[in-house]
Amino acid sequence: MILLPEEAVEAIRVHGRQSYRDEACGVLYGRAAAEGKHVLCAEPMVNAREDERHRRFVVTASDYQRAEAEASRSGLTLLGFYHSHPDHPAYPSPYDLEHAFPFFSYVILAVEGGEPKEMRSFVLREDRSEFLEEPLERKES
Amino acid sequence: MPVKVLIPTPLRPYTDQKEAVEIEGARVRDLLDNLTERYRDLRKHLFDDSGKLRSFVNVYVNEDDIRSLDRFETAVAETDVVSIVPSIAGGSASPAVVEGEVTFSKEEIQRYSRHLIMPEVGMEGQAKLKKASVLMVGAGGLGAPLGMYLAAAGIGRLGIVDFDVVDHSNLQRQVTFSAADVGRPKLQAAKERLSGINPHIRIDGYETRLSSENALDLFRDYDVIVDGTDNFPTRYLVNDACVLLGKPNVYGSIFRFEGQVSVFDASRGPCYRCLYPEPPPPGLVPSCAEGGVLGVLPGIVGSLQALEVLKLVLERGESMIGRLLVFDALQMKFRELRQRKDPDCPICGERPRIRELIDYEEFCGIPQAQEVERKMGVPTITVEGLKKLLDESDDVFVLDVREPHEWDIVRLEGATLIPLGRLPHEVHRLDSAKDIVVHCRSGARSAKATEFLLGAGFQRVRNLEGGILAWADRIDPSLPKY
Repeated sequence: MILLPEEAVEAIRVHGRQSYRDEACGVLYGRAAAEGKHVLCAEPMVNAREDERHRRFVVTASDYQRAEAEASRSGLTLLGFYHSHPDHPAYPSPYDLEHAFPFFSYVILAVEGGEPKEMRSFVLREDRSEFLEEPLERKES
Repeated sequence: MPVKVLIPTPLRPYTDQKEAVEIEGARVRDLLDNLTERYRDLRKHLFDDSGKLRSFVNVYVNEDDIRSLDRFETAVAETDVVSIVPSIAGGSASPAVVEGEVTFSKEEIQRYSRHLIMPEVGMEGQAKLKKASVLMVGAGGLGAPLGMYLAAAGIGRLGIVDFDVVDHSNLQRQVTFSAADVGRPKLQAAKERLSGINPHIRIDGYETRLSSENALDLFRDYDVIVDGTDNFPTRYLVNDACVLLGKPNVYGSIFRFEGQVSVFDASRGPCYRCLYPEPPPPGLVPSCAEGGVLGVLPGIVGSLQALEVLKLVLERGESMIGRLLVFDALQMKFRELRQRKDPDCPICGERPRIRELIDYEEFCGIPQAQEVERKMGVPTITVEGLKKLLDESDDVFVLDVREPHEWDIVRLEGATLIPLGRLPHEVHRLDSAKDIVVHCRSGARSAKATEFLLGAGFQRVRNLEGGILAWADRIDPSLPKY
C-alpha cells in the first residue's frame, strides 16, 4: 500500500499537466513502514531525455544522487518515483519494467489531452518478471 | 583493504538495510564480485542473465562513472567511495512516431537480426532506419564505406549525388568499384553495387554537379546529409544548404594521412562556418588528387561518418555535434577538439548575414585564382609543339619541376629534375642559350616556375600546357598517369 497526501497528488497532477505531451517525472520522499509507504512529499525532477520525451523519461545519475542525499539529510526514505504517460493509460510499459528497481514505488499518471486522469502505483516483483499493482490511497491532510 | 560502497535505497533490502558497506577489492570488478557474494540477492538486480551490468545500473568511483574510467578494471583504493546509482527511466508504451506503417519481410528480419537482438536497436530502431532517408554528396573515397554500410544497415532510402566517372586512380581506395567499372559513371556503378548489397532499400541517384541552384531542392527530401566531397566550394555549399534547411550534416574529410569527422547541426551546435569562417586561399590545401591520400584512410573516416548517421537516426549515444574528431593514421591517434557555436557566424549566428545560397566558387576565390593564373600570362607550348621541337632540335632543355617521388613514377626522356622549391638554388644548372620547356604534372607548378625564370632573366622559356598528363594522353599513351 502507498499512501499519498492530497498535496502530493495535486503536485503530481499539476506537473503532469504542465509537461503535457512530454513525460513528467519526479521523486517521492516519505517513510516506509510495515503496513506500507507513507509519502510525505512529491518533488518534480528534470526529464533529461533529449529525444522522444513524449514517451520516455530519464533522471540523470547526479539528480538521483542529489535526491538520495536529500532524503538522508532530512531523515526520509526515497520511496520511489512518479512519471506521467501522455495520452496513454496509467499502466507500466515493457520499457518501465526493463528499467525498474525493486522496493521503489512507480506511480504513473495518465494525462489525456493535457488533463490529468487516473493515477496508479506499481512495484517490481522480486524476480523482476513483472510489476504488481499496489493499492494507492489518498489522504486528506 | 576495504572500500566503502554506497548502496541506493531500492537495493538496501538486500544489504540488511545498510546504506554503506565495506568491501574488499582492488578493482571495481572484485568489489562487485565480493559484494554480490556477500549479498547474493543483489546479483540479479545489478547484472543480467549473461552477467553484464544492467544498462540502468551505474557504478561511480567518487564523482566518475566507471564507463568513463576503466570500467570494471578501474582500480580502487581505501580512500575511494564507490556508489551504485540507479538510472531512473521509464516511459509509456505509446508507439514511437516513426514506427508508422513500416513492416519487415521474413528476409529482412533475418538480414537485420544482429540489429534486432540488440535492445538499443530492436524492431523500433530498425524501423527508424528503414524510415530514414540519407543523402550522400559524393560517391568517392568516403562514399564507398558510407554507401555500403548504410545500405547494409537498412537505411530505407539512400540518395547519391555524383557526376564523375570511375578512373583507374580511384581503385586504390574507392572500394565500391571494381576494375571492370573503369570508364563507367560512378553513380551507375555505385547503384548496382549497393542494391546488390541490399535489395530491400531504395536508391535514388542524381547525376549532376551539386550547385547553389539545385542543392536546396535535392536536400529537402532527406533527413540527414552526408558530406563526402573533396573540395571547399562544395563543402561550404553543403553546410549552408543544411543550415538553411535545418538538417544535420555529417562531415568527413581526408588528406594524406589525416582525417576529420564531425556532425554539424546548427539547431543543436556549431556549423562548418563556425569552425572555418573563411576558406583557405585556393591551392593552399591540396585535394586528394593533388596531395594524395593513403588508401585505407577514407575507409576509416567514411565508416565513422556512417556510424554517426546511424546514431542520429537511432537517436542513440553521443553524437559528434560540437566535437571535431581528428584522426592521424601515422601516429594512430584520435584527438577530439571541442567546437563552440560562433554567435557571429554569418549563417547560423545571432544575426545571420547569409540567408540564401551564394556563389561558392567565387566565395572560395577560385575564379579569382584562375584569373591571376591567366594574367600571369607566361608563354606556353602544347605537348604537340614540344614533340615537334624535340624532333627538330637538340637544343631543348626540358625542366621537370615536380618532386622526386613523382619523377620515380613517370618522367619524360631527357628531362632534368629540379623540384619547384629548389629552383632558386639550382638555377645555375640552366642554360639561357637553350630553349627551356618547363613541365610538372598538369601545368600549375610549372607556370610558377616559368614565371620565376622569366623574372630571373631567362627569355626562351615556356610552360608545357597540361603537363606530363597531357603528354601521356596525346603523345605517348604508354606512359602511366597518376
